[in-house]
Amino acid sequence: MSRQNSTASQMDHQPLSREDLAKLVAADIAPGSYVNLGIGQPTKVSDHLTPEQRVTLHTENGMLGMGREAHGEDIDEELINAGKIPVTELPGASYFHHADSFAMMRGGHLDVCVLGAFQVSTGGDLANWSTGAPDAIPAVGGAMDLAIGAKEVFVMMSLFAKDGTPKIVADCSYPVTGLGCVSRVYTDHGVFLIEAQDGGPRLVLREAYGIAPEELVKRFDFPVVIAG
Amino acid sequence: MTEFVDTAAEAVAGVSDGATVLLGGFGNAGQPMELIDALLDSGTSDLTVVSNNAGQGDRGLALLIKERRVRKVICSFPRQSDSWHFDAAYRAGELELELVPQGNLAERLRAAGAGIGAFFTPTGYGTSLAEGKETREIEGRNYVLEHPIRGDVALIKALKADDVGNLVYRKTARNFGPVMAAAASHTVVQVAELVPSGSLDPENVITPGIYVDTVTALTPGTSQTQEAKQA
Repeated sequence: MSRQNSTASQMDHQPLSREDLAKLVAADIAPGSYVNLGIGQPTKVSDHLTPEQRVTLHTENGMLGMGREAHGEDIDEELINAGKIPVTELPGASYFHHADSFAMMRGGHLDVCVLGAFQVSTGGDLANWSTGAPDAIPAVGGAMDLAIGAKEVFVMMSLFAKDGTPKIVADCSYPVTGLGCVSRVYTDHGVFLIEAQDGGPRLVLREAYGIAPEELVKRFDFPVVIAG
Repeated sequence: MTEFVDTAAEAVAGVSDGATVLLGGFGNAGQPMELIDALLDSGTSDLTVVSNNAGQGDRGLALLIKERRVRKVICSFPRQSDSWHFDAAYRAGELELELVPQGNLAERLRAAGAGIGAFFTPTGYGTSLAEGKETREIEGRNYVLEHPIRGDVALIKALKADDVGNLVYRKTARNFGPVMAAAASHTVVQVAELVPSGSLDPENVITPGIYVDTVTALTPGTSQTQEAKQA
């Protein structure tokens, strides 16, 4: 992991880059998993999955065994991912219609889904489909299905908004996509686990990046447990 | 019985003003462009269109919206970088939108074709898209009641049809085709190739001909597949 390559001064000032974050998420995906990578930043995770992991990628427009992005002569308008980017198929790939694809997801057959987010609540609520701006044209796509479908939902996002406030919050102020569905939050400043326990979920800081864990937890106005 | 017609214009001739039209495709993949072009030429208007997206660029559904032939869109993802015709019509208040999570859209279509009255799904529970809908807790999990979406007509695209209307598709262009074919009273399919009965392996038929009413074959060279290869 990148932390091992970092000098002490970088530790003080450098959060994880987007590339490092994608690398970290990829390394945490269990071998043999069926995985859906959301549009945007999560797509980068596929660049860091190793053949030894034997991870099968699902794309909700109807395919298992999706390969890398297609370029040049490999581009086929009828072979695209959920972001409508041309992709390739790997040996062992399969195609299925949309209702089957979402049944696969909703039915809990996918192991991990990695999504971007505007906010995640300490209870695992996810807000990633709408800013709620009154003049915005709404679009939801598969976000709500993805949020509640996979066995585990990982979020990748920057920890702090442009105004400096954390995007892990007590309650989402943005419109929610799903309730109590996120299990891990990978951010530039730290990886957080949302662990179920009696009396409600607890938020655990697994590791901090570019800042001391004790300093990072002070940035929240709710309790964050530092992993021991 | 499946009928076979020579042109896209004949294939869509039965679509009337005010019809609910299920349009296959995810983005441009699987979108029946030639059937949509024929629908545009036919002058049919006041349509309710059910499709995953609401048109991209200056092709297909985007042009139907540009020409204000569409009264309402039921879709999951209308806003895209090149959805300018939808954006303009929506902002002008000239187009009604029902936004549906993508998996609910697919399952509501599937339910229509399968004779299901309504179904409980966890998708969307607790969100603004489930507001006003009936909910139920079943074995500790919360669900939202969703109803079928039926079409008067489905316009879809497949790779091949045989003499009895059995269909096979191509790669991710399959997307909504099979569920829309079953969810409409009349299903119109554009294919790249017509083949004799017996030449499709029955084990590999994706949409059986019972769901297919009208088929038209495109002139070779005008299909998406050909364009993609030339691109």
